[in-house]
Amino acid sequence: MSAPGRRKRRGLQVGLSLLAIVILGWTLFPVYYMLLLSFTPTDDLFQPGFYVEHPTVRSYTYTMGADNPFVRYFWHQIGNSLVVALWAMALVAAVAALGSFAMARLHFRFRRFVSGLTLFTYVIPSSFLAIPFFKMMADYDLIDTKLSLILAMVTFAAPYALWVLSDYARSLPPEIEEAGAIDGAGTIATFLHLYLPLIRPPLIAIGTYAFLYAWNEYLYALLLLTGEPRVTLPVAMSNFLTTDNAPWNLLMAVSTVYAIPPVVLYYCFKRYLVSGLVSGAVAGT
Amino acid sequence: MSPTTRDGGRRAPSRVARLFRSRTTQGFLFTAPLLALFAAFVIYPMAFGVWYALDADSYRALFSDPTFRQTVVNTLWYVGFAVNVKLVLALLLSGILDFQFAWIRVLAALFLIPWAVPALPGILSFRWMLNSQWGIFNHLLGKFGFASVPWLAQHDTALGAVIVFHIWKYLPFWTIIFLAGRRAIPIELYEATAIDGASALQNFRHVTFPLLRNLYLICTLLSMVFTLGDFTVPWLLTGGAPGDSTHVLATLAYRYTFQMGRLEWGLATFAVALPVTLGFIGLLLRWVKI
Repeated sequence: MSAPGRRKRRGLQVGLSLLAIVILGWTLFPVYYMLLLSFTPTDDLFQPGFYVEHPTVRSYTYTMGADNPFVRYFWHQIGNSLVVALWAMALVAAVAALGSFAMARLHFRFRRFVSGLTLFTYVIPSSFLAIPFFKMMADYDLIDTKLSLILAMVTFAAPYALWVLSDYARSLPPEIEEAGAIDGAGTIATFLHLYLPLIRPPLIAIGTYAFLYAWNEYLYALLLLTGEPRVTLPVAMSNFLTTDNAPWNLLMAVSTVYAIPPVVLYYCFKRYLVSGLVSGAVAGT
Repeated sequence: MSPTTRDGGRRAPSRVARLFRSRTTQGFLFTAPLLALFAAFVIYPMAFGVWYALDADSYRALFSDPTFRQTVVNTLWYVGFAVNVKLVLALLLSGILDFQFAWIRVLAALFLIPWAVPALPGILSFRWMLNSQWGIFNHLLGKFGFASVPWLAQHDTALGAVIVFHIWKYLPFWTIIFLAGRRAIPIELYEATAIDGASALQNFRHVTFPLLRNLYLICTLLSMVFTLGDFTVPWLLTGGAPGDSTHVLATLAYRYTFQMGRLEWGLATFAVALPVTLGFIGLLLRWVKI
């Protein structure tokens, strides 16, 4: 490369690095502040600063030991979050695997109707449906059961899952059905023995998506679950806010623990968590 | 497809068997769980909500409630302003993250953190930073001799905080979407313009943007619809405070329904936004193929 070209490139790098510093400051500061508060002793909480003078893990030991009235049900609550998220994961994977097989491989007549309904469910804000959903669950006496929350999570996470899986399934070679037909396998056998093993990678990814969807959910959990030992972690955390002297360092320790599983999963499955939307949109051009 | 009777042993398939072998039936059977979920938990609640929202009295009550009128204005700011600022920034940032330097990859990875962290911890962190007595912002203002600002205790800054948080949390997601869109543009197009000596700005105007336009429009619509229904961010950041002046539709509907016991008002609040939402969804259904 010529000298002016190199200088231009150097200039570009310098400009970009300056921008990068601004971007990183903006991006990371709130997260840094959360971590900082979680290590701050209660006495220092009211002297704001950019670092912790006397770092302590006491907030974490309180949380883990459930040794404070605010975190008394911590293990129950994280357990509730986990149970709901795992069920959502399993059911979304099952429902979307079945649906995607029909959508991508069977070419049946009402496919456009199903895909329209799916997209509609994906797009309609779930909060629009929350009040009728709550009323419905109250009528069936399902308030305060995990089942009601799981059903809501499966419904709202299924469209995206179906989308990603169908997309992947369409890229598989047509030989699957042919191989099945040669072996004399029926549709169900083809689905179980030929189709399912092939879609395992995206299936794991959309299971993760459903898990995260349920783990992060706040509104439906707030509406459907009551009582300290039975709520999920985000609802329990928001209940902190209603008290006047909320222990913010403890709250931030709980926040950090709550944020770790999603952060790990997002980074592992990043590619799958955005690809469906883009391919849909790009295909639409 | 169907076996014949000519080869002796095989019987003609009964009508039921043939029905089960038809692709339409099989398609329905495989999509039945999904359809059942959508019917029970999307279509039915929707119909139920619209049915309740038909009562004209609710709308008279809503439109004579100053809180509701303020809420509509807030929602327009939230959906119209926050979303568009966010997407313009996302489009620009995706250009930065598209540079092929090794350290840009590290930057891109770190930049995703707000997207990966659930909304609630981020909101709590913002709330404490904005605390008027012990927050870091007022601490800094005080250090430089400025008067402290009651960030969450006055309408403008509280709504501003909701908007800023929204941008902080969701900017990374849309940036990656646009980044993926940019990467899907064939490199040959840029090679061709490079021969013509096109500048970066010309590249953007004549190649990048025309090719990203559809994606950009779809993302705008999607993000607007999602944001229109957002409950978590405004509710946990301000809770409508101060004095119910920073509600958006979703939080006001919650207040009407669960704090005031007015189910029909809550449903009517959403029904007000439904025509716009359905219009957006109609456009999306035409543009996006799955």
